Amino acid sequence: MPRKTVYTAEIDFLQILDEEGRFDESEGLENGQPILSDEQVAYLYEQMSICRHLDEVAFKLQRSGRMGTYPQNKGQEANAVGSALAMKKGEDWLVSAYRENAALFMHGLPMHNVLVYWMGDERGSKVPDDVLVTPLSVPIGTHMIHAAGIAWGMKLRGDRDRAVITYFGDGATSEGDFHSAMNFSSTLKVPLVVFCQNNQWAISVPREEQMASETVAQKAIAYGMPTIQVDGNDIFAVYKATKEARERAVAGDGPTFIEGVTYRLADHTTADDARRYRSPEEVQAWLDKDPLIRTRKYMVARGFWDDEKQTELEARTKRIVKEVVAAAEGIEKPSTTDFFDHMYAELPEELKRQRDTMRTSSLGQDPSQVGLRAEGQRV
Amino acid sequence: MTTLTHPALDKPYTYPDFDKPLPPREGDRVIQFREALREAMSEEMRRDERVFLMGEEVANYNGAYKVSQGMLDEFGDKRIIDTPISENGFAGMGIAAAMGGLRPIVEFMSWSFSLVAADQILNNAPKMLYMSGAQWGCPIVFRGNNGAGGQLGSTHSWCVEGLYANVPGVKIVIPSNPYDAKGLLKTAILDPDPVFFLESERMLGDKAHVPEEEYYIPFGKARLAREGSDVTLVSFGRPVHFCVEAAEKLAGDEGIEADVLDMRTIRPLDIDAIVESVKKTNRIVVVDQCWPFASIASEVCTQVMERAFDWLDAAPVRVNTADVPTPYAKGLEAAYLPNTERIAAAVTKLAGAR
Ligand SMILES: Cc1ncc(C[n+]2csc(CCOP(=O)(O)OP(=O)(O)O)c2C)c(N)n1
Ligand SMILES: [Mg+2]
Repeated sequence: MPRKTVYTAEIDFLQILDEEGRFDESEGLENGQPILSDEQVAYLYEQMSICRHLDEVAFKLQRSGRMGTYPQNKGQEANAVGSALAMKKGEDWLVSAYRENAALFMHGLPMHNVLVYWMGDERGSKVPDDVLVTPLSVPIGTHMIHAAGIAWGMKLRGDRDRAVITYFGDGATSEGDFHSAMNFSSTLKVPLVVFCQNNQWAISVPREEQMASETVAQKAIAYGMPTIQVDGNDIFAVYKATKEARERAVAGDGPTFIEGVTYRLADHTTADDARRYRSPEEVQAWLDKDPLIRTRKYMVARGFWDDEKQTELEARTKRIVKEVVAAAEGIEKPSTTDFFDHMYAELPEELKRQRDTMRTSSLGQDPSQVGLRAEGQRV
Repeated sequence: MTTLTHPALDKPYTYPDFDKPLPPREGDRVIQFREALREAMSEEMRRDERVFLMGEEVANYNGAYKVSQGMLDEFGDKRIIDTPISENGFAGMGIAAAMGGLRPIVEFMSWSFSLVAADQILNNAPKMLYMSGAQWGCPIVFRGNNGAGGQLGSTHSWCVEGLYANVPGVKIVIPSNPYDAKGLLKTAILDPDPVFFLESERMLGDKAHVPEEEYYIPFGKARLAREGSDVTLVSFGRPVHFCVEAAEKLAGDEGIEADVLDMRTIRPLDIDAIVESVKKTNRIVVVDQCWPFASIASEVCTQVMERAFDWLDAAPVRVNTADVPTPYAKGLEAAYLPNTERIAAAVTKLAGAR
């Protein structure tokens, strides 16, 4: 036989809760009970609601000049919360991009950190020691390799019941770093969940122009990595796929790829206007698939949610976000010499000189200026 | 007129007539910096069908910063090309096109993102001619925003000129105003070698008179932005404006008159113009928006000391950014960058030095 098939592959798509709020029992039940308890669903709904409201407020802050460029998470909250619930808080690392705010909050990141960061302040990336998240870097895709590295460390140390999840967009899969992360993590069989938030767009570039493959999930096949596509607006499907992926990871079976199919309902960032490149019909179709709407339908149908609870949640959400904004805006203003503080383990003489002559002249290259120290002003 | 043969050229190449006087800088055809860039690209694309533009968001979106607005409509999607998010990929594709005889313009949304394409732009483009024994050339323009764009954070605020100028084989252009932007970009597109063209997000909206006619500004020729005899201020790109401001302030407050030289290109560097000015003023301050260590300011100072040591009345002074990553906070970013106040302070101190 001169020619034969040496490899074939199939990709599953998983959906449990559809946009009408209908629940698929064949995938969604375990021991006769929904895989997410009613309390868990209510908790995830609350987390999504808070994140959504924070987005709205951040947008307004940006528009009124109180905030820098901000990327909204709107529409993608189910990917974040469903996966975050499946990961173990305080043990697992979250190596994220910028549309997973709710996941970070669930793993302990104080909400005001996110605002402080996007208001333009490195202190937003300084997180409590027990919060296992990494700082953001603007160049797309460079963080995924770190996730593979952290997971490799866990494996080498023999950590038990620990794993890493990394998030990134559909566009990020075009960067070389994505492929390095895929190759390293699969050949080294590290405990990693590789989570692509396929929101259909990379700024104005639609997914079909970003890649020729029909799914993002199939990219993992080339790396010998188990892979699945899920309805990313369905907390049950996202949770289930991530839970299974994590189980595989901690059992020593290596990384798993998850493509969470979702949609960026807002502009790319506050600097964008998406109406210029996509149709209102397309956006409307996805508005109907909004993860918050369908989760609420499910809760109402299950009988543990009503208008009164919704009103109460909305009031609470507003209160929480208001406090977060106050905390973010209340942070002490930095001083002009602060930026020398975290350069090296010990500040070299050269930099001390720069700091001490700051605001006088040419930053200390002229040693006779030493002693002219102008105290850093609060800016 | 210079004619040369070059492996990337199918016929002998004649530089534009750089001896021809440039059109007046003054006039009432006031357009934005970004429009001047667009005009330069469009004129060259109309003249030469080998020229094309490629990068993220350049086509359908009309450019992330609207530099290429309308160009897709005029030139079509064969010549205005949107790419996937893969800088190393499209930088390399551009280099291949240049080797094959085309004239690519590759836009980086920000030069900060060129770092993930470092091998292509630093290890391939500038060495192609050299490594192939002059069989292959690489006439390509890489262009995009450079420098602190205003609260974009340290990973997105790179000034690459200091880093990249160290590499032999590249030409580096850094215009400070719309008039120069047009003339220099047109020269860059015609140039037979790789050119890094550095723009600034903060200047794209700057407006000035830009002649409608075609003109080419030669590389390696500084512009005297202001004339004075007490001190030489040397700069390039955005800080040229701060130098002029500082010079006006110094003239008013202290009676110090400064020559302000806008270098326009860093490689080649018009050291002759600097030396000439130093011979008149005997003092020099170099203002550079990159970090001080091994910077272009350092290079300028060294060359001045090599060539005009005896003409100096005081040690040269550099005004750079602080030697830290670009701060994210607004006030910190402003304090970190060279600014009018720091330039003026440096000059005052130097003027008093003996
Ligand atoms: C290396 C690099 N190139 C380009 C950019 C500019 N940029 C920022 S976000 C983005 C699109 C990313 O798309 P995707 O990965 O799908 O994530 P999404 O924004 O859709 O969540 C681009 C091109 C960047 N930040 N870094
Ligand atoms: Mg995307």
